[in-house]
Amino acid sequence: MLNPGRSRSRRLRERLIETLLFLAAASSVAITFAIVFILVKEALPLFREVPLASFLTDRQWTPLFDDAHFGIMTLIAGTATTTAVALAVAIPMGTVIAIYLSEFASFRLRETIKPILELLGAVPTVVFGYFALLVVTPLLQKLYPDLPGFNMLSAGLVMGVMIIPYVSSVSEDAMRAVPMHLREGSYAMGATRLQTAVRVVMPAAFSGLAAAYILGISRAVGETMIVAIAAGMQPNFTVNPLEPAATISAFIVQVCLGDLPHDSLGYKTIFAAGLTLMLFTLVFNILGYWLRKRFREIY
Amino acid sequence: MVELAVNLFDDAPRHELAVAALKAEARNLNFHYGGFHALKDISLPVYDHSITALIGPSGCGKSTFLRCFNRMHDLYPGNRYQGEIVLYPDNVDILAPSVDPIEVRMRISMVFQKPNPFPKSIFENVAYGLKVRGITRRDEVEAKVEEALRGAALWNEVKDRLHDLASNLSGGQQQRLCIARALAIDPELVLFDEPTSALDPIATASIEELMLELKERVAILIVTHNMQQAARVSDHTAFLYMGEVIEFNDTKKLFTMPDKKQTEDYITGRFG
Repeated sequence: MLNPGRSRSRRLRERLIETLLFLAAASSVAITFAIVFILVKEALPLFREVPLASFLTDRQWTPLFDDAHFGIMTLIAGTATTTAVALAVAIPMGTVIAIYLSEFASFRLRETIKPILELLGAVPTVVFGYFALLVVTPLLQKLYPDLPGFNMLSAGLVMGVMIIPYVSSVSEDAMRAVPMHLREGSYAMGATRLQTAVRVVMPAAFSGLAAAYILGISRAVGETMIVAIAAGMQPNFTVNPLEPAATISAFIVQVCLGDLPHDSLGYKTIFAAGLTLMLFTLVFNILGYWLRKRFREIY
Repeated sequence: MVELAVNLFDDAPRHELAVAALKAEARNLNFHYGGFHALKDISLPVYDHSITALIGPSGCGKSTFLRCFNRMHDLYPGNRYQGEIVLYPDNVDILAPSVDPIEVRMRISMVFQKPNPFPKSIFENVAYGLKVRGITRRDEVEAKVEEALRGAALWNEVKDRLHDLASNLSGGQQQRLCIARALAIDPELVLFDEPTSALDPIATASIEELMLELKERVAILIVTHNMQQAARVSDHTAFLYMGEVIEFNDTKKLFTMPDKKQTEDYITGRFG
C-alpha cells in the first residue's frame, strides 16, 4: 500500500515549493541590503574628496557649481522645515479624527468614513504637488502677497493633508486597542466622552500615538514629489517656510533629471544625499516599530 | 436634655437604625439587550448604610441589574430600560430619560470586577473624579485624595509614593485604589461588581473588611458569585435567576431558612 517512490516525489515537490517561497521572501531583504550597499559604495568616494566635517557643517549646497560646496545641512534644513509644517497639520488633524472615529462615531459611520479617509492616502503625490503649486500657493498669496511662487509652506501644508490618514489610522487603532474596562471606569466616575478620550484613552494609547506620529514624520521626511514641485529646488539654508528651498529628496530628483557625467562629483552627491535620507527614515521607522510593539504588549 | 438625646442616639444598635432608611429602590424594572429580555420585572430595595448582595448563577442578570444603577448600559446602543429605579431621599427616578446619566454617576460610583486603574499616578487616579467635576484647588484635591485613600485602607502603603504609576501596585492594592477613586467623590451608593473575583484570599479578606467599614458611610450594592462572601458581608441578599428575583431577604434568613425551594437548592449547591 505504501509507495516509497510517490512519497519521495511529494517530499521533493514540497521542498521545491518551500525553497521558492523562501527565495521570494529573501529577495526583498536582499534588495534592501543591495540598495544600502550601493548607496554606501557610491557615496564613499565623495567623502574622499569632501571631508565629513564640511559635509556636516558647510552652510551651502552647490555641488554642481564651479565653487562647489557640500553642506548637507542645507538640504536637511529644507526637509526639516517642510516636515515640521506637514506635522503641524497632520498631527492635530490626525489625532482629532482618530479621537472622533474611535470614541464618538457610531460603528456604521466609522466604517463609512475610514475607507474614504484612506483614499486620501491613495491620491498620487504628483497630484498633491500640483495642487499645492496651482491651488494652495495662489490662495496663500491672497493672504500674504509677498509669498514666492515656490515655497515650503504650501508644500508642507499639502503634504500634511496627505499624511493625515497615516496618522489617524494608526492612532485610531491604538486608541481602540485600549480595553473597554478602562473607559467604563472613567464613565463610571461621571466623565464625559471627551474627558474619557483625552484623560484616559489617550494616555493609555500613548505609545501607539507616538508610533503614529513617528510614522507620519518618516513619511514626511521621505516625501518627494510634492516638495519637488511646490517648494522650489534651490538649496537654501533656511527654516523659514515662506521661502523656497530644496529638500534632500527634491535635490535627488533634480540631479537625476539633469545630465551628469557618470563619475562626476555631482553624481556621487546623489548617493550621499540618498544615504542621509535613508538613515533618517530608517531611524524613524525603527523607533516607530519599537513603540508599536511596546504598546501592543501593555494590555 | 440635648446631651441625653445624643447619647441615646449613639447607643442605639447601628444596623436597626440603618435598616430603616431606603437609599434606592427598583420598581418593576425590565431591561432589554436588543431583543434579549435580561431583567424581568425586578422590584428590590437597597437600604442605606447596609450591604445588599446579589447572588445567582452566571447569566442570571445580577451584573446587568447592578449596571442599571449608574446607567452603564447607556454607553452601548440597543439597550432599553423600562420601569424605575428611585433614588432617595430626593425620590427621583434615575432611569428617566430626562435624567443625565453623568449626574447619576456623580452620586453613585462603581468598583469593577477587574481592578481598572487609569494609566496615571496613584494620586491622579484618586483625584480623577474630582478633576472631572472641575474641582482643581490643590489643597482641596489633596485633602480629598488623602481622605479617600485612608477610607480605602491604602494610605499608609502609598503615602510615600503617591506619584508612582498605579499599575505598579499589587492586584489587591489596585482594587483598593479603585475603591478610593470611587470614594473620593463622596458617593451615596457604591456598586461593587464582583470586586474580589480577580484577587487572592488575603486581598479578598481586606476588601471585605473594608466594605464593612464603608457601610457606615454609604449604601453598598454588591454582585458576587461567591455565596460565602455574600453571607459574610451583606445585610440583605437577593437571589436572582433567569433575570428574575426569586427571593429577597435578610442575609441570615436567606442562608439559613430560605422561603423558596429554588433558593435553598442554589445555596446548598444543588444547582448553579
